[in-house]
Amino acid sequence: MAAQAASKAPRVKADAAPSEELFVGARIILKALEEQGVEVVFGYPGGAVLPIYDELFKQNRIRHVLVRHEQGAVHAAEGYARSTGKVGCVLVTSGPGATNAVTGLMDALMDSIPVVCLTGQVPTHLIGNDAFQEADTVGITRPCTKHNYLVKDANLLAQTIHEAFYVARSGRPGPVVVDLPKDVCMAMGHYTTAPRGTQRKQHKTYQPKTKPEASAVAAAVALMASAKRPLFYTGGGIINSGPKASALLRELVELTGFPITSTLMGLGAYPAAGDKWLGMLGMHGTYEANLAMHGCDVMINIGARFDDRITGNLKFFSPDSKKIHVDIDASSINKNVIVEIPVIGDCTVVLEEMIALWKAKRYQADQKALKAWLRQIAEWQGRDCLYYEQKGKLIKPQYAIQRLYELTKNRETYITTEVGQHQMWAAQFYRFEHPNRWLTSGGLGTMGYGLPAANGVQMAHPDALVVDIAGEASIMMNIQELSTAVQYRLPVKVFIINNQYMGMVRQWQELLHGSRYSESYSEALPDFVKLAEAFGCVGMRVSDPAKMDDTINEMISVNRPVVCDVMVDPKENCFPMIPSGKAHNEMILGSDKTGKAITGEGLALV
Amino acid sequence: MAKKAAKKAAPKTAPKTSAPAKRAKAEDQSSNLYEGMVPVARLKDKDTYRHIVSILVDNEAGVLARVIGMIAGRGYNIESLTVCEVDRERGLSRINLATLGTHQIIEQVKAQLGRLVPVHVVRDLTDDGPSVARELALVKVGGVGDKRVEALRIGDIFRANVVDSSTQSFVFEVVGTTEKVDAFIELMKPLGLVEVSRTGVAAIARGAAGIEKK
Ligand SMILES: Cc1ncc(C[n+]2csc(CCOP(=O)(O)OP(=O)(O)O)c2C)c(N)n1
Repeated sequence: MAAQAASKAPRVKADAAPSEELFVGARIILKALEEQGVEVVFGYPGGAVLPIYDELFKQNRIRHVLVRHEQGAVHAAEGYARSTGKVGCVLVTSGPGATNAVTGLMDALMDSIPVVCLTGQVPTHLIGNDAFQEADTVGITRPCTKHNYLVKDANLLAQTIHEAFYVARSGRPGPVVVDLPKDVCMAMGHYTTAPRGTQRKQHKTYQPKTKPEASAVAAAVALMASAKRPLFYTGGGIINSGPKASALLRELVELTGFPITSTLMGLGAYPAAGDKWLGMLGMHGTYEANLAMHGCDVMINIGARFDDRITGNLKFFSPDSKKIHVDIDASSINKNVIVEIPVIGDCTVVLEEMIALWKAKRYQADQKALKAWLRQIAEWQGRDCLYYEQKGKLIKPQYAIQRLYELTKNRETYITTEVGQHQMWAAQFYRFEHPNRWLTSGGLGTMGYGLPAANGVQMAHPDALVVDIAGEASIMMNIQELSTAVQYRLPVKVFIINNQYMGMVRQWQELLHGSRYSESYSEALPDFVKLAEAFGCVGMRVSDPAKMDDTINEMISVNRPVVCDVMVDPKENCFPMIPSGKAHNEMILGSDKTGKAITGEGLALV
Repeated sequence: MAKKAAKKAAPKTAPKTSAPAKRAKAEDQSSNLYEGMVPVARLKDKDTYRHIVSILVDNEAGVLARVIGMIAGRGYNIESLTVCEVDRERGLSRINLATLGTHQIIEQVKAQLGRLVPVHVVRDLTDDGPSVARELALVKVGGVGDKRVEALRIGDIFRANVVDSSTQSFVFEVVGTTEKVDAFIELMKPLGLVEVSRTGVAAIARGAAGIEKK
């Protein structure tokens, strides 16, 4: 069945006939990228993509950013995409270039980030022969992309690339790979323009539904109006849907007066300064957000997917609530949690319709019940679950991030992270008022994401402040990207929360494995200041809490890439925490406001 | 991957195929992914039974790998699988998939398949109304004397054709439901069953509407 694929008619309707003129394949590829509005390509050359690099050399419409590892190229494209709402673009060579990109592709798939990754391939006549630098890229990337293509005819290059961009950005966004054999890039072919206007959305099979069923929206809004203990639970889908979705969400929250929490991926959609904001929920979410999830009677999930980091033990997940689930991806519905009212559609459209209907029907929240519910939530908030104390000679990691927030909050600041405790503290202590300002690897949890992503953000926003809040272990996974930052004069700031441990691993070992710290100590760390300097960056170090502010201010004021090594308390744990397999109301808290210390391992079980 | 599961459990799962008709009464309606409304109670139903899912796909490189990879990658089981081009002009193939699962799991399988780019239509032929399903098996039986005669006689009862014979053996071609083919094979065991080759299930909905019409 695979045999006759090469000459198949493409599924996208081309609205223009193929060009009269013949172009070389590599030129067609670049023309297609230009037409798709690509400004920057993150890539790394190699034998199979030399014809494309040659065409890149001959033009100056598209900028190429040379990364130092292909994983970094994909993360940079993710950073670019997530901070702009555009599709990120990657170009790598065959074999090792493609396999190096795999982690980034999976990361983009899990977090629904639109990326098109062009991979070189050996010439078609060598495919299957174990040729030099051959890998079955389409086979390897099938489960880690939204879709992928192998192009075997230069005449199909343009259409395929147009379709790749369409698939990447439509519906639930995701990564798409286009595998390009070298002979196809060197063959002559006709160019086809992308479908336009009404035809833009016409695709033979892939037509994600953006407009919800009216009956579903009506049922959802009616249920919301009847709620006594309502809660919005929002996710990355709102960010992906665009800034308008965030604005509408704010309006709906205002209109209903319902409290709101969000997943890690959704931070910034509703402002942290908003009075209905409960903070992030989930494994390291706030006490109030998790207890509200547990206790609500109507849950309104908009653009989140009931991930296990959010739900904890499914058996005990929000037992008394009726659930509304708004998602553009039908397969997210009833996957982990069965919901009463699924609404399939794009968040922006659904929110618009919800607001219109709420107003048209003159719905009113049950004020008395809502007041009692908000009072209950305020009581939970009184617990001050993120409380910590900055005392003694060691910098508390929370303090470092809180000061970073205070000293950068009045600028246009983008925060990326690596993965670990620092990531969770960043989510807890950095307060986001706007969408698209927070970039983290949520679904895959990829250490090494933050620095290349920061590079991608800085490419798109040259004047913004971009900070990668990092761990000393994670940063080593893609440290080579400092070199990229230097080459392109990207003044990114790497803010290392250096606790000398793989802190999150150490924390689990402490809590779950009898404090046997197997291989979680960051042995033989480099001197990050010297390392920064060796790369041509500015290196800084701080270990005195009194010098924290000065250091941060200095870091910000330098218009060059900076690595700031913040030596913090190595033993601090990240709380609250819902241990794996536990319910929301079985959260472990740190010490509470009264200053009651954690006694040994006898952590307060709530 | 697409091997036939051992059929010992057949009697246990078979009666369930009539279940959907009984369950059609709707409680607690909620809108469904494809066909309107699915009752929540039904999604929570823990009954596992065999479903036949038909998928219309573009006949392009790797489409089968995509479908199977998705199912295997998400840990769903495949009892049988048939695939062939059904519309040359439009380049469409039809994949029939027999799988065990609860209603919710099949809804998931459908939704996951539905979002693959080359997939046109996904239908659960078991839960979506009456359908017919057939498979074909080639069954080789060796033996002489009485056993040989008995094999021929049973073949007759099952309307199996003899498509090859030697002095030592027959090859029967038997067509029917999975249960019928199972039964025939079971009866051939004591009569010198040598080997079996089965196509897996091909299925189609009853009535005038085609798979692309709702
Ligand atoms: C690529 C990768 N490998 C392993 C892990 C597992 N892991 C999760 S957090 C963590 C430790 C991170 O340590 P560090 O970067 O120092 O951050 P900290 O937790 O100390 O803040 C590890 C190893 C991962 N998430 N990603």
